[in-house]
Amino acid sequence: MSKIPLQFRHNGRDVAIFVDGGTNLLVALRELIGDMTPKFGCGQGGCGTCSVLIDGELHLSCLTLAETVAGRSIETLDGMKQGPNLHPLQRAFADNFAAQCGYCTPGMLMAAKALLDRNPSPSREEVVEAISGNICRCTGYEPIVNAILAAAGGRASA
Amino acid sequence: MAVTVKTFASAGEAAGALSSDRSARYLGGGTLVMRALNEGDVSISTVVRASDRALTRIDPSGPRITLGAGVTFARVLAERDLAFLHAPARSIGGPAVRNMGTVGGNLFAPNPYGDFTVALLALDATVAVQGSFGARDIPIEEFLQSRERRAGTLVLSVSCTRPASNEAFRYRKIARIKPKGGSVITIAAHLPISGGRIAGARIALGSMAPTQIRARAAERALEGRSLDAATISAAASAAAEGTSPSDNALGSAWYRREIVGVHLRRLLSGQE
Repeated sequence: MSKIPLQFRHNGRDVAIFVDGGTNLLVALRELIGDMTPKFGCGQGGCGTCSVLIDGELHLSCLTLAETVAGRSIETLDGMKQGPNLHPLQRAFADNFAAQCGYCTPGMLMAAKALLDRNPSPSREEVVEAISGNICRCTGYEPIVNAILAAAGGRASA
Repeated sequence: MAVTVKTFASAGEAAGALSSDRSARYLGGGTLVMRALNEGDVSISTVVRASDRALTRIDPSGPRITLGAGVTFARVLAERDLAFLHAPARSIGGPAVRNMGTVGGNLFAPNPYGDFTVALLALDATVAVQGSFGARDIPIEEFLQSRERRAGTLVLSVSCTRPASNEAFRYRKIARIKPKGGSVITIAAHLPISGGRIAGARIALGSMAPTQIRARAAERALEGRSLDAATISAAASAAAEGTSPSDNALGSAWYRREIVGVHLRRLLSGQE
């Protein structure tokens, strides 16, 4: 079966790849572009660790048909840090012990970024809601919620 | 196995491609079809899509509202005029699933999903479908009863009448994880009041049968009465009648039968 040409923006850079029909965006990002930051968790939309932003909106890359993102802008954790510096959310995750095994962290950070891009000073309840599609089996969520609130607070006072 | 993806400009062409190929599935938001592909479902060899704008149109004002099949739950939540549908839309998934999942796809979501459809069933929605026979409107109850045979049918939109008041439409999803989780049971109630009495009660249940169903015995207990304690008790005791829930990881069939009356009572009494 012939491959399908696909072009989109990946963390601000134009990329062009060939995908097989039915390939999901997660596979395209990891195996064809080499961006290993979105993780494969469940493949069912239940865990959130493959979360990416498509045109600024939080989506699950494992449930996104790759060819539907033609011409669109994809942001992953790989594009989050600003030059040599960690993004304030990454810094807050480190400072608040929000990552243990780290497998959920890419998805958590993208879900948190989707929230703060839209709502720079969320309530605790809004943070819990924003990461409700992301499963963490280590932290019990509290350090993650605290980290996101700390990042929002830091941004507000900066 | 690689699948063939066919994208059409019009819903009509997509419907044609869908009805002529038994191994074709329509791809809406991806939360059902991509999941099946990820799990290695070899029964799907063609994925059909349509870029038709009509599929993502919302007509939120007026007494009768229409939602294109491709409207996402995030878009429902962004419409102030659709406040009566916000509770069911919000009860689905996390933000990413709500950005992807669609009203039309939810009609096909198996247990423990399909919560939005429970709300639409209580609201006596109409499903507009396009098949090889052309376009037609089907009452949602009839649609759900033959859902398994409708894989070759393209849903265009759903429409329903706006409830007369906030009190007239109520929704409750019981999940073990908050704020997100699959449904243990889901209940929606449409209780139009005429002259102080309920006229045209519709109670819909999710996860209480293979598809979303109406609790007809509970509806009969409510019909023509005022919503007082005795009526609520009668409806609650009849809630499990005619249901056929299953065991799954979220709850047993026995547990579902035990709690459906409890939660219907709370819903009708306006308790949190």
